[in-house]
Amino acid sequence: MLEKVEDLEIRLLLEALYQRYHYDFRNYAQASIKRRLKQAREQMGFRSFSALQDGLLHRPALLSPLLNYLTVHVSELFRDPSYFRAIREKVVPHLRTYPSLKIWIAGCSTGEELYSFVILFREEGLEQRTLFYATDINQDALAKAEAGIYDLDRIQLFTENHRKSGGKSSLSDYYSAAYGKASFDKSLRKHVVFSDHSLVSDAVFAEMHLVSCRNVLIYFDRGLQDRALGLIKDSLARKGFLGLGSKESMRFFQHADSFTECVRDEKIYQKSSK
Amino acid sequence: MNGAKAEAVVIGASAGATEALSAILPLLPADYALPVMIVVHVPPDRKSVLAELLQAKCRLEVHEAADKEPIGRGTAYFAPPDYHLLVERNKCLSLSNDDPVFYSRPSIDVLFESAADAYGPSLIGIVLTGANQDAAKGLRAVVEAGGTAIVQSPEGAYASAMPEAAIAECPGARVLSLSEIAAYLQEIEKA
Ligand SMILES: C[S@@+](CC[C@H](N)C(=O)[O-])C[C@H]1O[C@@H](n2cnc3c(N)ncnc32)[C@H](O)[C@@H]1O
Repeated sequence: MLEKVEDLEIRLLLEALYQRYHYDFRNYAQASIKRRLKQAREQMGFRSFSALQDGLLHRPALLSPLLNYLTVHVSELFRDPSYFRAIREKVVPHLRTYPSLKIWIAGCSTGEELYSFVILFREEGLEQRTLFYATDINQDALAKAEAGIYDLDRIQLFTENHRKSGGKSSLSDYYSAAYGKASFDKSLRKHVVFSDHSLVSDAVFAEMHLVSCRNVLIYFDRGLQDRALGLIKDSLARKGFLGLGSKESMRFFQHADSFTECVRDEKIYQKSSK
Repeated sequence: MNGAKAEAVVIGASAGATEALSAILPLLPADYALPVMIVVHVPPDRKSVLAELLQAKCRLEVHEAADKEPIGRGTAYFAPPDYHLLVERNKCLSLSNDDPVFYSRPSIDVLFESAADAYGPSLIGIVLTGANQDAAKGLRAVVEAGGTAIVQSPEGAYASAMPEAAIAECPGARVLSLSEIAAYLQEIEKA
């Protein structure tokens, strides 16, 4: 079947984004990237994807707004509380046996998942021996993660999630509220390294005991998922843990054999020793 | 019919969905040739029991879609709560956390538009009962790609707003009762 002109334009636009700025969205799952590009085109005021491509090539200022359309930043503190409960009950007992720990939140977006882990580790008495890596490709999101400031009207949900996750303290111990914002305590960032890192084009940078990579792989096509999961596998220590999003399953991955199920329903896996 | 052989069915439903789907899906045979992708508006925070409930009544395999699951015959796939369900051109399913459409995630428009892209004239889009604005635009995308549009007749629907909006957007759509839709789906497989 002949490729539709619009699909050809999208392919060329993604190629331009890659060649000019080294952001590689070429193998993201095509259906939702197309949807988001349509939104970007309409709201950035371009008639066609070719016109958007022309703008992008000549005006670097358009890069950041475009990236904000292309990446999705839905997140919550203790999103899917049962996941964090499983980390607490099933994974933490293993982690306790290590004198020092490295944890990687891959695709941390605006930081909610990171703060969830730091708070959980503090509650479990593991924070002091842990180094957290929080990475994403979106600079704006990383800056927000580093600031740790969220709208106060989200706190009720966060508090509820934290409680359901088996939280042992009060969430209000970790933030101060003012002018409609909740600002998370800077002590929570003491053991955190924030960094720009892409699961698509960057390499292994440390040996991890736990990688939490949630709701990032769903945006990739199968081949790219295998690539990213290979990278995560190579980043994990022997018997290291991997947590995926609640609808992401190892089932269709090439690397499935390298992992065993640790908590099946919560998509928590352990790297096999073989 | 538009001449193209039907290859897949997408269904969107909201208020009253369980009863409506229960009048259609159980009538399809276990090896039904066309995969069926379904979006029902469900609250985001709840584990949906819809797939389980319908599985108990159906000969078809019925389950919630998993990300990058290959699409196969004899199966009805439901969008999980709080995720959009999309069809990729290489005929596998994707999930996403993209913004809600008309306050809905999953959204019927998102499924229908992506499926229209993937299947073109070989797609059958069906809009059932509901009180939402979601679905009308999606059904138009099905029509524009050359596919077949079917809408549950508003008189018989538990909630008529969604079918009415779909008919307004796609005046050429076939307007059928639930039993006629079930019969149509059984017929079209043999065509
Ligand atoms: C929906 S958010 C997930 C946030 C968080 N992990 C959660 O589950 O709540 C997806 C994030 O993945 C990031 N992302 C997209 N492509 C990426 C890549 N190639 N490498 C790393 N992060 C990526 C996006 O910028 C976005 O912040």
